[in-house]
Amino acid sequence: MKYLTLAAGVMGASAAWAETPELTVYTYDSFVTEWGPGPAIEKGFEAECGCDLKFVGMGDGAALLARLKLEGARSDADIVLGLDTSLVAAAKETELFAPSGLQAEYDLPIIWEDDVFVPYDWGYFAFVHGTDLAAPADFKTLAESDLKIVIQDPRSSTPGLGLLMWVKAAYGDDASEVWAALADNVVTVTKGWSEAYGLFLEGEADMVLSYTTSPAYHLIAEEDDSKTAALFDEGHYMQIEVAGKLAGSDQPELADQFLQYLVSDAAQSVLPTTNWMYPAVTPQDGLPEGFDGMIQPGKALLVPNADVPALREEAVNEWLTALSR
Amino acid sequence: MADRAVALSNKTGLFAAALVAGLILAALVAIFMAADVAAGLGAADWAAVRFTVTQAVWSAVLSVLLAVPVARALARRRFWGRGALITLLGAPFVLPVIVAVLGLLTVFGRSGVLNQFGAALGLPSVSIYGLHGVVLAHVFFNLPLATRLLLQGWQSIPSERFRLAGQLQMTPRALFLTLEWPMLRQVLPGVAALIFVICLTSFAVALTLGGGPRATTIELAIYQAFRFDFDLGLAALLSVVQLVLAGTAAVAALWLIPPISMGGGLDSPLRRWDARGGGQRVLDGVVIMLAALFLLLPLGAVMLRGLVGLGQLPPSVWQATLNSVLVVGLSVAVLALLALPMAGWIATRRRGGVEAIGLMGLAASPLMIGTGWFILINPVLDPARLSLPVTALVNALMALPFVLRILVPRLREMLQDFGPLTQTLGMRGWALWRLLVLPRLRPQLGFAAGLTGALSVGDLGVIALFADQDRATLPLQMYRLMGAYRMEAAAGAALLLLVLALAVFFICDKWGRWHADA
Repeated sequence: MKYLTLAAGVMGASAAWAETPELTVYTYDSFVTEWGPGPAIEKGFEAECGCDLKFVGMGDGAALLARLKLEGARSDADIVLGLDTSLVAAAKETELFAPSGLQAEYDLPIIWEDDVFVPYDWGYFAFVHGTDLAAPADFKTLAESDLKIVIQDPRSSTPGLGLLMWVKAAYGDDASEVWAALADNVVTVTKGWSEAYGLFLEGEADMVLSYTTSPAYHLIAEEDDSKTAALFDEGHYMQIEVAGKLAGSDQPELADQFLQYLVSDAAQSVLPTTNWMYPAVTPQDGLPEGFDGMIQPGKALLVPNADVPALREEAVNEWLTALSR
Repeated sequence: MADRAVALSNKTGLFAAALVAGLILAALVAIFMAADVAAGLGAADWAAVRFTVTQAVWSAVLSVLLAVPVARALARRRFWGRGALITLLGAPFVLPVIVAVLGLLTVFGRSGVLNQFGAALGLPSVSIYGLHGVVLAHVFFNLPLATRLLLQGWQSIPSERFRLAGQLQMTPRALFLTLEWPMLRQVLPGVAALIFVICLTSFAVALTLGGGPRATTIELAIYQAFRFDFDLGLAALLSVVQLVLAGTAAVAALWLIPPISMGGGLDSPLRRWDARGGGQRVLDGVVIMLAALFLLLPLGAVMLRGLVGLGQLPPSVWQATLNSVLVVGLSVAVLALLALPMAGWIATRRRGGVEAIGLMGLAASPLMIGTGWFILINPVLDPARLSLPVTALVNALMALPFVLRILVPRLREMLQDFGPLTQTLGMRGWALWRLLVLPRLRPQLGFAAGLTGALSVGDLGVIALFADQDRATLPLQMYRLMGAYRMEAAAGAALLLLVLALAVFFICDKWGRWHADA
């Protein structure tokens, strides 16, 4: 009898569970940490969708795409969140993504005309350092100095790839020389952003590749004004982070609903103080206090999406060669 | 074979060897089929090949050179806690790599103990990333192994000779030249060769301490090609380079590598009549002290930080622990099925070409095997579901060469002693294994199982390739915590991992010695 009750209980539970649809979102690690945007967005979306939103953290942005290629059409993911403009073309080439058809009033520095990917936030890459440091104002001065930097691997992370594009956009064919000069400043190359930033905070390097908005985190969340970002005369490279729906998703409507939620005021107002980036659609209440103190790049750099794949291969090879000497 | 003394069946041995070779080669073929291997190796890949060899040479040479004074000091001194120290010296070899790295960072990192001490004295800070970091970690792992193997060598010198040397009032220098140096000349090349081969396939150390393209091993490059670029062609090419390089080294080393004993006799020091002078005493004392500090300080640091971090362990760590225990069980079982028949076969021969197949497990890239099987499994099943069994299988293959070194000498001895008797009794097959071989092999089996289990508890290889969140093992979970810079929690996981690895080793080893007189 007991057995029957138990069996009924288990069946009942699994039936109830099966009624709640599940939406699986692959993203990068720092998105899902307790201090990242993950928890708040999960709570907000679940309240309106009647579904179970499951974030799966998988390393960093570029690693996310490699993982997806590996899984192919078999992937459990419905949404991939955390690719950026440097990866958009490569991601489309996989033919694993479906058009979102979503329109929104974006406040981006460029006009967004992509029907597949939905931008949710953006920022400028920058080297973050302590305020007591006399920071260089361009890559060449940095390369000549004894300053130690931590950077990310361009093959596994979006900031790492962004840095390659930054140097490429600023120096073109001279990029490999810049990298050769920078090589002795690099303490270590990490797989992703989290590792690099952690190493910097532990005092393993003078500067770390991050974002112009990273100091806002220390200022707002920790009331610590000892961190700032170095303003480079060459200009700063832009990153626009995007999410996309997979063609093989078994919850296409739910996926559309999630993308819609991502650009809604509820989600957008969470992003600045959790992901520490500029929101893609400025929230009604504006940006939080503290963001106005961030450095403003004089020149915004961006390589057109379609040109990235060819440039990426060349740049990664230059980078590998310069740094493996 | 008519001259074979014992009726150990060769068929199962042959089958096991074929299976091992098949598992490895199938993976390689699978990669080649899936990849379009047109492009050759780039400059960065060649740099990885050069770095791999450079660091392995440095690691082997330094480990062996440093082990000589340590083993010598241990061989000629008797002191309180000597036995315990020698047992502890075995610990780093079975220590999970990732735990050791955490310990080394605590001591040698930029904000570590050494640099803080140095900064107080106004010294410039040293960085642990890059070649010297990788070599440092490898010496940390292999110095104890080298010391134990050299100590075996010292133990093999008959004590009568030391007594005679004592009566002749030989100086330590003269004694070194007449007794110790000839022994070292025999043992050193083998020990160095073994460490060289182990370091050739280094992955987790280079992953955490490499510091980018400058310090990338071939194994790490395979991981990057697969995981970062999804470039199967490059992964396949690199796998072949690794197989040829490490395989050649392993086969060349086969004739040099000494058998690995359980170190049962190592606790009893030789009576020595030499080196009684104060200078020698102080010198030995300093050497032992420095070695103990070098090996035990990082371990102590891990334990201390771990105790603090235990309270912060996320629930995922417990799931990962369970997965790790599962992997240990599986890999020990797989190993027993493969290693025993192979050892039986090798033991009936004088010198084994068969053992070379065992060495393939050491030479082949675990990531290559993992990748190959991933490709084979992918069309049929979600590979993540099989990540734990595949990890266990690869772990078993990696431990195979060590296990053969442990089992074969004892089996040979046994067959020599009991061969005629078993023939007279007409004992063969399973009865022979059950009644004669297994009971007598028990201490070696326990030791081998302990080594395999401990190595697979700490392995961070294949699992890093295709585990998802639910199927992470403890080392992977710990690596993820380190990546998310939750260092306190990572330290807690490290302590757990350390305890688990040592427990697995000691439980298996104890089981082997239970009621055994060896």
